[in-house]
Amino acid sequence: MTSNAQPLLADGTTTVLPPGTTAPDFTLQSNLDHPISLRDYRGHPVILVFYPADWSPVCTDQLAVYNEILPEFQRYDAAILGLSVDGKWCHRAFATDRHLDFPLLSDFEPKGAVSRHYRAYISGDGTSARALFVVDPEGKIHWSYLSPIAVNPGANGILAALEDLAQAH
Amino acid sequence: MRTLLSDNTLVPPVNEHDHIQGPETAPITLVEYGDFECPYCGQAYPILKRVQRHIGDNMRFVYRHFPLTRIHPHAELAAEAAEAAGAQGKFWEMHDILFENQNNLEPPDLLHYATRLGLDTNRFSRALATHIYAPYVREHFMSGVHSGVNGTPTFFINGERYDESWDAESLINALEHVLLPDR
Repeated sequence: MTSNAQPLLADGTTTVLPPGTTAPDFTLQSNLDHPISLRDYRGHPVILVFYPADWSPVCTDQLAVYNEILPEFQRYDAAILGLSVDGKWCHRAFATDRHLDFPLLSDFEPKGAVSRHYRAYISGDGTSARALFVVDPEGKIHWSYLSPIAVNPGANGILAALEDLAQAH
Repeated sequence: MRTLLSDNTLVPPVNEHDHIQGPETAPITLVEYGDFECPYCGQAYPILKRVQRHIGDNMRFVYRHFPLTRIHPHAELAAEAAEAAGAQGKFWEMHDILFENQNNLEPPDLLHYATRLGLDTNRFSRALATHIYAPYVREHFMSGVHSGVNGTPTFFINGERYDESWDAESLINALEHVLLPDR
Protein backbone atom coordinates (compact mmCIF):
# COMPACT_ATOMS: atom_id res chain seq x y z
CA MET A 1 0.00 0.00 0.00
CA THR A 2 1.17 3.51 -0.72
CA SER A 3 2.35 5.88 1.93
CA ASN A 4 0.00 7.76 4.21
CA ALA A 5 2.34 10.78 4.29
CA GLN A 6 0.96 14.19 3.44
CA PRO A 7 1.62 15.05 -0.20
CA LEU A 8 3.95 17.92 -1.02
CA LEU A 9 2.01 20.53 -2.94
CA ALA A 10 3.13 22.56 -5.94
CA ASP A 11 4.15 25.54 -3.81
CA GLY A 12 6.26 23.32 -1.52
CA THR A 13 3.78 23.45 1.37
CA THR A 14 1.55 20.75 2.80
CA THR A 15 -1.50 22.93 3.44
CA VAL A 16 -4.36 23.89 1.19
CA LEU A 17 -6.14 27.26 1.30
CA PRO A 18 -7.32 27.71 4.89
CA PRO A 19 -10.74 28.63 6.33
CA GLY A 20 -11.55 32.34 6.19
CA THR A 21 -9.98 32.76 2.73
CA THR A 22 -12.19 33.90 -0.13
CA ALA A 23 -12.67 30.88 -2.38
CA PRO A 24 -11.08 31.70 -5.76
CA ASP A 25 -13.79 31.85 -8.41
CA PHE A 26 -13.48 29.68 -11.52
CA THR A 27 -15.32 28.71 -14.66
CA LEU A 28 -14.57 25.22 -15.97
CA GLN A 29 -15.86 22.80 -18.55
CA SER A 30 -17.72 19.87 -17.04
CA ASN A 31 -19.24 16.53 -17.91
CA LEU A 32 -22.50 18.42 -18.42
CA ASP A 33 -23.14 20.40 -21.59
CA HIS A 34 -22.25 23.73 -20.07
CA PRO A 35 -19.34 25.26 -18.17
CA ILE A 36 -19.76 25.71 -14.42
CA SER A 37 -18.67 28.66 -12.28
CA LEU A 38 -18.33 28.74 -8.53
CA ARG A 39 -20.27 32.02 -8.41
CA ASP A 40 -23.31 30.21 -9.88
CA TYR A 41 -23.75 28.71 -6.42
CA ARG A 42 -23.62 31.92 -4.39
CA GLY A 43 -26.20 31.64 -1.60
CA HIS A 44 -25.57 27.92 -1.10
CA PRO A 45 -22.79 26.02 0.63
CA VAL A 46 -20.56 24.34 -1.96
CA ILE A 47 -18.46 21.23 -1.41
CA LEU A 48 -15.37 21.15 -3.64
CA VAL A 49 -13.84 17.71 -4.03
CA PHE A 50 -10.39 17.84 -5.66
CA TYR A 51 -9.20 14.36 -6.58
CA PRO A 52 -6.28 12.98 -8.62
CA ALA A 53 -7.97 11.10 -11.45
CA ASP A 54 -11.10 9.53 -12.85
CA TRP A 55 -11.08 5.70 -12.83
CA SER A 56 -8.42 5.21 -10.14
CA PRO A 57 -9.71 2.85 -7.43
CA VAL A 58 -9.47 5.19 -4.46
CA CYS A 59 -11.19 8.14 -6.17
CA THR A 60 -13.86 5.86 -7.46
CA ASP A 61 -14.86 4.74 -4.00
CA GLN A 62 -14.65 8.26 -2.65
CA LEU A 63 -16.99 9.69 -5.27
CA ALA A 64 -19.33 6.68 -5.02
CA VAL A 65 -19.75 7.34 -1.32
CA TYR A 66 -20.48 11.04 -1.89
CA ASN A 67 -22.92 10.13 -4.65
CA GLU A 68 -24.74 7.83 -2.27
CA ILE A 69 -25.17 10.49 0.40
CA LEU A 70 -26.27 13.37 -1.84
CA PRO A 71 -29.58 13.58 0.08
CA GLU A 72 -27.59 14.34 3.24
CA PHE A 73 -25.76 17.18 1.50
CA GLN A 74 -29.05 18.44 0.11
CA ARG A 75 -30.43 18.67 3.63
CA TYR A 76 -27.92 21.48 4.06
CA ASP A 77 -28.88 22.96 0.67
CA ALA A 78 -25.31 22.26 -0.40
CA ALA A 79 -23.99 21.64 -3.90
CA ILE A 80 -21.08 19.28 -4.57
CA LEU A 81 -18.57 19.60 -7.40
CA GLY A 82 -15.79 17.16 -8.26
CA LEU A 83 -12.60 18.60 -9.80
CA SER A 84 -9.66 16.88 -11.46
CA VAL A 85 -7.36 17.52 -14.41
CA ASP A 86 -9.21 14.98 -16.56
CA GLY A 87 -10.85 16.29 -19.74
CA LYS A 88 -14.61 16.67 -20.02
CA TRP A 89 -15.05 13.61 -22.24
CA CYS A 90 -13.22 11.49 -19.72
CA HIS A 91 -15.42 12.96 -16.98
CA ARG A 92 -18.49 12.24 -19.05
CA ALA A 93 -17.62 8.56 -19.55
CA PHE A 94 -16.68 8.18 -15.89
CA ALA A 95 -19.80 9.91 -14.54
CA THR A 96 -22.02 7.82 -16.81
CA ASP A 97 -20.31 4.57 -15.85
CA ARG A 98 -20.61 5.30 -12.12
CA HIS A 99 -24.05 6.91 -12.25
CA LEU A 100 -22.68 10.04 -10.62
CA ASP A 101 -25.39 12.60 -9.97
CA PHE A 102 -23.16 15.62 -9.39
CA PRO A 103 -20.95 17.54 -11.86
CA LEU A 104 -17.29 16.76 -12.52
CA LEU A 105 -15.23 19.77 -13.57
CA SER A 106 -12.17 19.70 -15.82
CA ASP A 107 -9.21 21.64 -14.47
CA PHE A 108 -7.69 20.92 -17.85
CA GLU A 109 -6.66 24.15 -19.57
CA PRO A 110 -4.46 25.65 -18.37
CA LYS A 111 -3.83 22.37 -16.63
CA GLY A 112 -4.39 22.44 -12.89
CA ALA A 113 -4.78 26.23 -12.71
CA VAL A 114 -7.76 26.14 -10.35
CA SER A 115 -6.18 23.41 -8.22
CA ARG A 116 -3.08 25.61 -7.90
CA HIS A 117 -5.20 28.56 -6.75
CA TYR A 118 -6.60 26.38 -3.97
CA ARG A 119 -3.07 25.10 -3.24
CA ALA A 120 -4.35 21.64 -4.08
CA TYR A 121 -2.05 20.70 -6.95
CA ILE A 122 0.81 18.20 -6.88
CA SER A 123 3.25 19.24 -9.59
CA GLY A 124 5.37 16.08 -9.51
CA ASP A 125 2.29 14.01 -10.27
CA GLY A 126 0.62 16.58 -12.50
CA THR A 127 -2.68 16.02 -10.73
CA SER A 128 -4.91 17.65 -8.19
CA ALA A 129 -4.33 16.65 -4.60
CA ARG A 130 -7.00 14.81 -2.68
CA ALA A 131 -8.46 17.88 -0.99
CA LEU A 132 -11.85 18.94 0.29
CA PHE A 133 -13.32 22.41 0.76
CA VAL A 134 -16.63 23.58 2.12
CA VAL A 135 -17.35 27.07 0.79
CA ASP A 136 -19.98 29.11 2.64
CA PRO A 137 -22.94 30.81 0.92
CA GLU A 138 -20.97 34.09 0.72
CA GLY A 139 -18.06 32.44 -1.06
CA LYS A 140 -15.59 32.10 1.81
CA ILE A 141 -13.84 28.86 2.66
CA HIS A 142 -15.40 27.52 5.85
CA TRP A 143 -13.42 24.29 6.10
CA SER A 144 -10.62 22.68 4.16
CA TYR A 145 -8.82 19.37 4.37
CA LEU A 146 -5.87 17.81 2.59
CA SER A 147 -5.83 14.02 2.65
CA PRO A 148 -2.81 11.79 2.23
CA ILE A 149 -2.98 10.86 -1.46
CA ALA A 150 -3.61 7.15 -0.85
CA VAL A 151 -6.20 7.70 1.84
CA ASN A 152 -9.72 8.29 0.76
CA PRO A 153 -11.44 10.85 3.01
CA GLY A 154 -14.97 9.83 3.91
CA ALA A 155 -17.85 12.27 4.19
CA ASN A 156 -17.77 12.73 7.94
CA GLY A 157 -15.55 15.83 7.79
CA ILE A 158 -17.76 17.42 5.13
CA LEU A 159 -20.95 16.72 7.08
CA ALA A 160 -19.46 18.06 10.29
CA ALA A 161 -18.39 21.24 8.47
CA LEU A 162 -21.85 21.67 6.90
CA GLU A 163 -23.46 21.20 10.31
CA ASP A 164 -21.09 23.73 11.81
CA LEU A 165 -21.86 26.18 9.01
CA ALA A 166 -25.62 25.71 9.47
CA GLN A 167 -25.29 26.47 13.18
CA ALA A 168 -23.12 29.52 12.55
CA HIS A 169 -25.71 31.07 10.19
CA MET B 1 -15.27 27.18 15.34
CA ARG B 2 -16.14 24.16 17.43
CA THR B 3 -14.21 20.93 17.10
CA LEU B 4 -15.33 18.99 14.10
CA LEU B 5 -16.15 15.34 14.52
CA SER B 6 -14.08 14.02 11.70
CA ASP B 7 -11.57 11.82 13.39
CA ASN B 8 -12.66 8.52 11.82
CA THR B 9 -13.77 6.79 15.00
CA LEU B 10 -16.63 4.36 15.03
CA VAL B 11 -20.00 5.86 16.04
CA PRO B 12 -21.96 4.27 17.55
CA PRO B 13 -19.51 1.83 19.12
CA VAL B 14 -20.22 -1.88 18.80
CA ASN B 15 -23.33 -2.67 20.82
CA GLU B 16 -25.95 -5.35 21.44
CA HIS B 17 -27.77 -4.50 18.18
CA ASP B 18 -24.73 -5.49 16.11
CA HIS B 19 -24.09 -8.78 14.36
CA ILE B 20 -21.11 -10.16 16.24
CA GLN B 21 -18.99 -13.29 15.87
CA GLY B 22 -16.53 -14.12 18.65
CA PRO B 23 -16.38 -13.67 22.40
CA GLU B 24 -17.49 -10.43 24.03
CA THR B 25 -14.29 -10.41 26.10
CA ALA B 26 -12.01 -10.50 23.04
CA PRO B 27 -9.33 -7.77 23.17
CA ILE B 28 -9.80 -6.98 19.47
CA THR B 29 -12.96 -5.93 17.69
CA LEU B 30 -12.80 -5.82 13.90
CA VAL B 31 -15.74 -4.09 12.24
CA GLU B 32 -16.42 -4.32 8.52
CA TYR B 33 -18.73 -1.98 6.65
CA GLY B 34 -19.60 -3.99 3.59
CA ASP B 35 -21.81 -4.32 0.53
CA PHE B 36 -22.88 -7.80 -0.63
CA GLU B 37 -22.56 -6.82 -4.30
CA CYS B 38 -19.16 -5.13 -3.97
CA PRO B 39 -16.42 -7.25 -5.61
CA TYR B 40 -13.79 -5.98 -3.16
CA CYS B 41 -15.95 -7.10 -0.24
CA GLY B 42 -16.23 -10.43 -2.05
CA GLN B 43 -12.43 -10.60 -2.15
CA ALA B 44 -12.25 -9.69 1.53
CA TYR B 45 -14.72 -12.42 2.53
CA PRO B 46 -12.34 -15.44 2.45
CA ILE B 47 -9.52 -13.25 3.79
CA LEU B 48 -11.61 -12.40 6.85
CA LYS B 49 -12.41 -16.08 7.40
CA ARG B 50 -8.69 -16.77 7.39
CA VAL B 51 -7.97 -13.87 9.74
CA GLN B 52 -10.70 -15.05 12.12
CA ARG B 53 -9.22 -18.56 12.17
CA HIS B 54 -5.74 -17.18 12.77
CA ILE B 55 -6.58 -14.73 15.57
CA GLY B 56 -9.18 -17.04 17.13
CA ASP B 57 -10.83 -16.05 20.39
CA ASN B 58 -8.76 -12.89 20.67
CA MET B 59 -11.02 -11.23 18.13
CA ARG B 60 -14.68 -10.51 17.57
CA PHE B 61 -15.88 -9.68 14.11
CA VAL B 62 -18.76 -7.32 13.43
CA TYR B 63 -20.52 -6.72 10.11
CA ARG B 64 -22.42 -3.53 9.30
CA HIS B 65 -24.17 -2.67 6.03
CA PHE B 66 -22.92 -0.03 3.62
CA PRO B 67 -24.74 -0.70 0.33
CA LEU B 68 -23.64 1.58 -2.52
CA THR B 69 -26.95 1.36 -4.29
CA ARG B 70 -26.16 3.61 -7.28
CA ILE B 71 -23.43 1.29 -8.50
CA HIS B 72 -24.73 -1.95 -6.95
CA PRO B 73 -28.43 -2.27 -7.69
CA HIS B 74 -28.80 -5.55 -5.75
CA ALA B 75 -26.92 -4.48 -2.64
CA GLU B 76 -29.80 -2.96 -0.70
CA LEU B 77 -32.16 -5.92 -0.99
CA ALA B 78 -29.30 -8.31 -0.24
CA ALA B 79 -28.60 -6.38 2.97
CA GLU B 80 -32.29 -6.55 3.87
CA ALA B 81 -32.22 -10.30 3.13
CA ALA B 82 -29.37 -10.76 5.59
CA GLU B 83 -31.41 -8.90 8.21
CA ALA B 84 -34.52 -10.92 7.42
CA ALA B 85 -32.46 -14.08 7.90
CA GLY B 86 -31.02 -12.54 11.07
CA ALA B 87 -34.53 -12.13 12.45
CA GLN B 88 -34.78 -15.92 12.18
CA GLY B 89 -31.38 -16.47 13.75
CA LYS B 90 -29.44 -17.03 10.52
CA PHE B 91 -27.70 -13.71 9.82
CA TRP B 92 -24.19 -15.11 9.44
CA GLU B 93 -25.33 -18.07 7.38
CA MET B 94 -27.03 -15.69 4.94
CA HIS B 95 -24.05 -13.31 5.04
CA ASP B 96 -21.82 -16.19 3.90
CA ILE B 97 -24.18 -17.39 1.17
CA LEU B 98 -24.53 -13.86 -0.23
CA PHE B 99 -20.78 -13.33 -0.43
CA GLU B 100 -20.35 -16.76 -1.99
CA ASN B 101 -22.97 -15.94 -4.64
CA GLN B 102 -22.37 -12.28 -5.40
CA ASN B 103 -23.45 -12.62 -9.02
CA ASN B 104 -26.80 -14.14 -8.10
CA LEU B 105 -28.62 -11.64 -5.94
CA GLU B 106 -31.97 -11.35 -7.70
CA PRO B 107 -35.09 -11.72 -5.52
CA PRO B 108 -35.68 -15.38 -6.57
CA ASP B 109 -32.05 -16.14 -5.66
CA LEU B 110 -32.53 -14.62 -2.21
CA LEU B 111 -35.65 -16.69 -1.70
CA HIS B 112 -33.78 -19.79 -2.80
CA TYR B 113 -31.07 -19.09 -0.18
CA ALA B 114 -33.74 -18.62 2.47
CA THR B 115 -35.16 -22.02 1.56
CA ARG B 116 -31.70 -23.57 1.70
CA LEU B 117 -31.24 -22.20 5.22
CA GLY B 118 -34.57 -23.64 6.30
CA LEU B 119 -36.10 -20.24 7.00
CA ASP B 120 -39.80 -19.50 7.18
CA THR B 121 -39.94 -18.29 3.58
CA ASN B 122 -43.32 -16.57 3.91
CA ARG B 123 -42.03 -14.43 6.69
CA PHE B 124 -38.77 -13.85 4.78
CA SER B 125 -40.57 -12.82 1.57
CA ARG B 126 -42.90 -10.51 3.46
CA ALA B 127 -39.93 -8.80 5.10
CA LEU B 128 -38.32 -8.17 1.71
CA ALA B 129 -41.55 -7.09 0.00
CA THR B 130 -42.35 -4.56 2.72
CA HIS B 131 -38.73 -3.49 3.24
CA ILE B 132 -39.16 -3.62 6.99
CA TYR B 133 -35.39 -3.81 7.47
CA ALA B 134 -34.62 -0.86 5.18
CA PRO B 135 -34.51 1.66 8.07
CA TYR B 136 -32.11 -0.63 9.92
CA VAL B 137 -29.80 -0.91 6.88
CA ARG B 138 -29.99 2.89 6.49
CA GLU B 139 -29.01 3.27 10.14
CA HIS B 140 -25.91 1.18 9.50
CA PHE B 141 -25.14 3.20 6.41
CA MET B 142 -25.42 6.55 8.19
CA SER B 143 -23.34 5.32 11.12
CA GLY B 144 -20.71 4.45 8.52
CA VAL B 145 -20.92 7.89 6.92
CA HIS B 146 -20.43 9.59 10.28
CA SER B 147 -17.59 7.25 11.21
CA GLY B 148 -15.59 8.04 8.07
CA VAL B 149 -16.41 5.03 5.91
CA ASN B 150 -14.91 5.90 2.55
CA GLY B 151 -15.77 2.97 0.34
CA THR B 152 -16.34 -0.73 0.71
CA PRO B 153 -15.01 -2.58 2.51
CA THR B 154 -13.96 -0.19 5.29
CA PHE B 155 -12.57 -1.70 8.47
CA PHE B 156 -12.33 -0.40 12.03
CA ILE B 157 -9.99 -1.99 14.54
CA ASN B 158 -11.05 -1.28 18.11
CA GLY B 159 -13.05 1.69 16.88
CA GLU B 160 -10.37 3.33 14.71
CA ARG B 161 -10.56 3.34 10.92
CA TYR B 162 -7.95 1.07 9.39
CA ASP B 163 -6.48 2.67 6.26
CA GLU B 164 -3.81 0.14 5.34
CA SER B 165 -3.92 -2.82 3.00
CA TRP B 166 -6.35 -5.59 3.95
CA ASP B 167 -4.67 -8.62 2.47
CA ALA B 168 -4.55 -11.41 5.08
CA GLU B 169 -0.92 -10.85 6.03
CA SER B 170 -1.26 -7.08 6.56
CA LEU B 171 -4.48 -7.47 8.48
CA ILE B 172 -3.07 -10.21 10.71
CA ASN B 173 0.04 -8.12 11.36
CA ALA B 174 -2.04 -5.10 12.30
CA LEU B 175 -4.25 -7.15 14.62
CA GLU B 176 -1.30 -8.90 16.24
CA HIS B 177 0.28 -5.53 16.79
CA VAL B 178 -2.83 -4.49 18.73
CA LEU B 179 -2.53 -7.68 20.80
CA LEU B 180 1.21 -7.34 21.39
CA PRO B 181 2.19 -3.72 20.68
CA ASP B 182 5.79 -4.26 21.82
CA ARG B 183 6.58 -7.00 19.37
